[in-house]
Amino acid sequence: MSSPLAAVSSAAEVSSPGPLWVQLVKAVVIFALVLQLAPTLVWLERRLLGRFQSRLGPNRVGPAGLLQPVADVIKLVSKESSTPTTAVPWMMAIAPVISIGTAVLTLAIIPFGAPGAYGGEFALAGIDVSIGILYFLAFGSLAFYGLLLGGWASGSKYSFLGSMRAAAQLVSYEVAIGLSLLGVAIAAGSLSLVDIVAAQDKVWFVVPQVVGFLIFLVAGFAEAARPPFDLPEADAELVAGYNTEFGGMRFGTFFLAEYLEIIVISAVAAAVFLGGWHGPGPEFLGPTWMFLKMAVLVLLFIWVRATVPRLRYDQLMSLGWKILLPLATLNVLVTATLVVLL
Amino acid sequence: MLRSYLPVLVFLVLGAGVGLVFTLINGWLGPRRPSRIKSEAYECGLPSEVTSSFRFGISFYLIAMLFILFDIEVVFLYPVAVQLEALGAFALIETIVFIALLLVAFVFVWRRGALEWR
Repeated sequence: MSSPLAAVSSAAEVSSPGPLWVQLVKAVVIFALVLQLAPTLVWLERRLLGRFQSRLGPNRVGPAGLLQPVADVIKLVSKESSTPTTAVPWMMAIAPVISIGTAVLTLAIIPFGAPGAYGGEFALAGIDVSIGILYFLAFGSLAFYGLLLGGWASGSKYSFLGSMRAAAQLVSYEVAIGLSLLGVAIAAGSLSLVDIVAAQDKVWFVVPQVVGFLIFLVAGFAEAARPPFDLPEADAELVAGYNTEFGGMRFGTFFLAEYLEIIVISAVAAAVFLGGWHGPGPEFLGPTWMFLKMAVLVLLFIWVRATVPRLRYDQLMSLGWKILLPLATLNVLVTATLVVLL
Repeated sequence: MLRSYLPVLVFLVLGAGVGLVFTLINGWLGPRRPSRIKSEAYECGLPSEVTSSFRFGISFYLIAMLFILFDIEVVFLYPVAVQLEALGAFALIETIVFIALLLVAFVFVWRRGALEWR
C-alpha cells in the first residue's frame, strides 16, 4: 500500500502552504465563512421548497424570514436532549460530533482561489495536499460512522433501520464516486484539487468528463444522504431514521452537518468538474466564481429534493451496482485510452 | 511533508469543537426532567420489544463483500491514473487487463444473482 501512494505524493507538485500564521488564518476564515453559509442554506431551502409547493415558506422572523435559522437554533438549544434507556449514551454523544467533524475536515481541501491570487505564493485552500481526492473520499466515508453509530446506539427500531440503510447506501455508491473522479485524475495527472482546478484553465472537465460529472452528482446526492437518496432519514417511513432519538442541539448538530456536507460536495464538484476559480475577469475574482458555481449546485440539490421521489434501497443498490459502476468503469477505460493515445 | 497536514488539526479542532460546544450549551441551557415514559425508545402503537442487542438479517451481506473488493480496485487504480501519461501504453494495457479480470468476476456474480434483492 505505502509504495504506490508514496510515489504519488512525491510526483505531484504541491504549492507551498505558506507560513504558519497564514495557514491558521486560512483555516479559521474558511471555517467561519462556510459555517455562516449553512444556516443561510437552511433558510434558502425552506423558502424555495415553499415556493416549489405553492406556499410562502418561513417569512415571519426578520426580513423575508432570514432570521428563522437563528430562531431555530435558540429553540433547539433550550430543548431537552433525552437519551433512551436502551441507548449507549457515550456513542449517542459523539455521533453528531463525528458527523460535523468529518464535514468540516473535508472543507480543508477545497480550493477557493488561484495560488497567489491575493499576493504571496500559497493556495487559497485550507491545505493543498497531493492526495486531495483520496482525502475527500476518506472523510466522506468516515462521515457515515456518525449516522451508523448514532442510529445503532439509540437502541430504537427506527434508528437501527436507518443506520442499516446508511450502510446499504454506502456500499452502493462509494465505488461509483471513486471511479467517477478517476477520469479527472487521469486527465489532470494529479490528485491535488489545486492542481486539478489549475489544469482546467482552457476547458472545464465537465466537457470531456460529462459522464463522470453526472455519476459524481448522483453519487454525491447519495453521499450527502439527500433526497432522492435520503434513505437513512426517510422521514415518511422511519419517523426520522438514524436521528429519531436525538433531540435538542444534538439533532441540530446532525442537521448542520448535513448542510455542511451539501456545501462540501457542491464545492468539490465545482472544483473538480466546473473549473473552480476559473472565470472571466481578473484573478482576484476567483473566489466569487467558485462561490457562484457552488451556489448553482446547491440550488440543484434543493430543486432535485422538490422534484424526485425517494428510491427504495434495493433500487438504490441496483442503480449503484448495475448502472453507475459499469458506466464509471467504461468512462475510466475510455479516458485512459484517449489520454495515452492522443 | 507531515507539516503540510498541520491545518487539518485546526479544522478538526474547529469542527469537533463546534459540535461539542453545541451539545454542552444544550446540556447547560436545556431543561432536564426525565420520566419513565420519556426514556423509552420511540414507538408508534404497541410498546416496543426492542432491546439494545437484537439480531437483524442483513440481506446485502454479499454486496458488502463485493464492495470491499471493488473499493480496493479503485484505490489501486488511483496511483496508476496519476502517472498514466508518463507510464504510457504499458500501464494502459496493464490497467485494462486488471479491470477486465475484475469485470469477469463482476459479470459472474451478477449472473449468479448476487446483485438481486432477496
